[in-house]
Amino acid sequence: MRWLRKNLIVIIGLLVMAYILIPNIVVVVFSFNKPAGHYNYEWSQFSLDAWLDPCGAPGMCDALGLSLWIGIASATISTIMGTMAAFALGRYRFIGRSFTNLLVFFPMATPEVVMGASLLTLFISMGLESGQTTILIAHILFTVSFVITTVKARVASLDPALEQAAADLYATPAQTFWKVTFPLVAPGIGAGALLAFALSFDDYIVTNFNAGATTLTFPMFVWGASQRGTPVQINVIGTVMFLGAVAIVGIAQAIGARRRKVDA
Amino acid sequence: MTEATQRKAQGELRLVELERRYDDFVAVNGIELDVPPGSFFALLGPSGCGKTTTLRMIAGLEEPSGGRIFLGTEDITNTRAHQRRVNTVFQSYALFPHLNILDNVGFGLRQLKVADWKTKAMQALELVKLADRAKQKPRQLSGGMQQRVALARAIVNEPEVLLLDEPLGALDLKLRREMQIELKRIQQEVGITFIHVTHDQEEAMTMADTVAVMRAGNIEQLGAPAELYDKPATAFVANFLGQSNLLPIEVTSITGERATVSSHGTSLVVEAAAIPSEAPDGLRLGIRPEKLRLVEATDTTWTNKLSGEVSDASFTGVSTTYLVRMPWGQELTVTQPNDGTARAELGDQVTIAWDPHHAFMIGVD
Amino acid sequence: MALVVPVGRASRKRPARKRGTFTPLLLLAPAMLWLTIFFVIPTFSLASQSLQTGDIDNGFTLTWHFQTYADALSRYWPQFLRSLVFAGSATLITLLVGYPLAWFIAHRSGPFKTMLLVLVIAPFFTNFLIRTLAWITILTDNGPVTGFFRATGLINVLRWLGLVGNDTLLYSPFAVIAGLAYNFLPFMVLPLYTSLERMDMRLLDAAGDLYANGWQTFWKVIWPLSLPGVVSGTLLTFIPAAGDFINSKLLGNTQTTMIGQVIDAQFLRVLDYPMAAALSFILMATIIVMVGLYVRAAGTEELV
Repeated sequence: MRWLRKNLIVIIGLLVMAYILIPNIVVVVFSFNKPAGHYNYEWSQFSLDAWLDPCGAPGMCDALGLSLWIGIASATISTIMGTMAAFALGRYRFIGRSFTNLLVFFPMATPEVVMGASLLTLFISMGLESGQTTILIAHILFTVSFVITTVKARVASLDPALEQAAADLYATPAQTFWKVTFPLVAPGIGAGALLAFALSFDDYIVTNFNAGATTLTFPMFVWGASQRGTPVQINVIGTVMFLGAVAIVGIAQAIGARRRKVDA
Repeated sequence: MTEATQRKAQGELRLVELERRYDDFVAVNGIELDVPPGSFFALLGPSGCGKTTTLRMIAGLEEPSGGRIFLGTEDITNTRAHQRRVNTVFQSYALFPHLNILDNVGFGLRQLKVADWKTKAMQALELVKLADRAKQKPRQLSGGMQQRVALARAIVNEPEVLLLDEPLGALDLKLRREMQIELKRIQQEVGITFIHVTHDQEEAMTMADTVAVMRAGNIEQLGAPAELYDKPATAFVANFLGQSNLLPIEVTSITGERATVSSHGTSLVVEAAAIPSEAPDGLRLGIRPEKLRLVEATDTTWTNKLSGEVSDASFTGVSTTYLVRMPWGQELTVTQPNDGTARAELGDQVTIAWDPHHAFMIGVD
Repeated sequence: MALVVPVGRASRKRPARKRGTFTPLLLLAPAMLWLTIFFVIPTFSLASQSLQTGDIDNGFTLTWHFQTYADALSRYWPQFLRSLVFAGSATLITLLVGYPLAWFIAHRSGPFKTMLLVLVIAPFFTNFLIRTLAWITILTDNGPVTGFFRATGLINVLRWLGLVGNDTLLYSPFAVIAGLAYNFLPFMVLPLYTSLERMDMRLLDAAGDLYANGWQTFWKVIWPLSLPGVVSGTLLTFIPAAGDFINSKLLGNTQTTMIGQVIDAQFLRVLDYPMAAALSFILMATIIVMVGLYVRAAGTEELV
């Protein structure tokens, strides 16, 4: 009883971890399935077919490529714009600062469906044809606020004495920025960029509003498949993405942890 | 550090009517200061007295609202921090966390395009006895070591003036005492002008040649530590630097070098030269606790004697500190060295005495 | 500790940058222009759209037709209410299960801390549609989960609560809420972890020393200190959950339609733009008002 009391939190924690991980495990396991019908929801028999022909589902790899490119492009642009804005907000006091903060917050508080809809009305009234450009515009819009928030936290936590020390040691403002400020803020910028990519790569709702009839991103492909029949290749991609993410995040965390351990 | 050792600082630092205001708050109120080259100078004062603001203005990290700053003959008031041959040891050390110790120390030299920056940085690390830590990151070092890195990072640039902003504030007492000696040694070795900001009077007196006591944006008094201690000009200085017994007095007569004053009806002798020329609101006589002696009531060798009752006695080993209550209620503090003389007990009637030239006089403010 | 006053003042207003006022403007310009053109202006055009009448073939004209809002509410209030209830339930569940997990990772996971964090963050990078589809497999009728619920009689409890219609788990309010909670759980766990991780564990000893029992220590020390994380986590979960329709569409039935689904259909299939715009506006206003009240009640300035 005492043991249970002491370790209750561990047991609950592990159960919740299971809740988080079981769907991922299902995705992995079902990438080796050979389903009986159109839908890959019930286990039928083991098969490597999908792994041997990952682009076998028509159109899927094109959609994946498009999503990757949009993810990278929108993450790059929103990271640049967001980092600049984060420095302005984290560093300077100016008139309209609190209004600016509000403007940054509102897109994050707006449901995706509303954002997608309002963008669509704008694009229609502008006469802009839906496609890659409109998707890119939309993705930059809903990721930039997250980048600003992430980087701003890092900028704000920077000890101003460090930059003063650089100036005191004969660094010009530009040198101070590149030699001291930027390297120290870089982890925040990296985290913001990763978050932006993840949000863009995963988005269905906003994209669906602004993609038009012919442009297909990977989430849109998966959505379409869920209505007509899910190819096993979807699970292959899901597995690769999950393992890739574990690897990337794991490496990043391990570097961080080692740095912390050395520091301690 | 050979070059630095040979090269004594040439520039005298001069502050002329230097002032810093924030809206309605005056942090530094038009101070005047001359710091001779090669000296160890301390700015001493309580929190909020303007000493750090003064330091930051010298460093170029803060813009003066008025006045000028001269380094040698050059007016540096409007030059920016990175253009001044002045370096700072920051209170929090401000070591760059992403650079190792060697790169931290070499940062300024590389900015100055010194070719053999590595050799010089290593020499500076040797001076602070941390050469073996060159490849480590700041957070791997203890507070005391970080402090020495910050010092090495500043002096390696051979600045005209080195500014130290409460550099020992974060260290524990024992380490602080060690570092005080260490700082003094390094200052003598490199010969750079040190300006040291501190609120610790003992620290200031241990290290500095000259101390400026600041209060509310003004320099209250400036002088050598012994001078400030023995001849404080104001009650603030008298109480900020150690403890003082202050008695209200009135001058009754002056004959040659001696003067007679009275305090609470008792006639006392003072040195005439020590009476301040201006004291519109009256005078006070000050005596340090260790200058007071417990004597026999009948002892006639002392001209200045007061009697009272011991109201408190605390023994600290080297000495005993008594509080002696005067007939008018004031309690005087007396420190008696543990030199074998008889100790008084609580409630004893005692007589205390002092030499006239051990007393100082200040105005009532 | 010296000079708290001037140093504080100096850093609070750091005007020493001579190239002052234009720098922040230039830095902000791209992002703010983007947000203005593609967020503020569309919001106004959405507002205008909601007050127009007409149809897709003959075009819409602004007629200040407020009646659309009344129609929207009277016709779709069940979907609105359901969205708020589903999102609220999912948020509560994520808080209830996310809090112990965050505490476990922050203070009890020892050498596995990094690994667990990685496993919480990694799903961010895995397509959430694929993971949601996996729930169809997990909750399938002859699967072990449904079997467990039937065997323990829990399914009767769910039916009594109206969370399932018959004795299947899939395509029910239960499945939708479970899916929502699952999808947004990392958004809850990470802010909670951040605020719990930096908590000084000596505070717990201090609370124990001052005669607080475990429960009192939690409510009087841990919970208040973790509030910033709780607020961030609940906002990051509730806001997207309220507008979501993926879960209700993939895991629910016709009786679990959420408002996002209605807006999506009105815009993209019914092509009744004024109605869709009015619905969007009501949803946005509802969320902003709720968030505002919530943030004020929680007494924290930290938004996200």
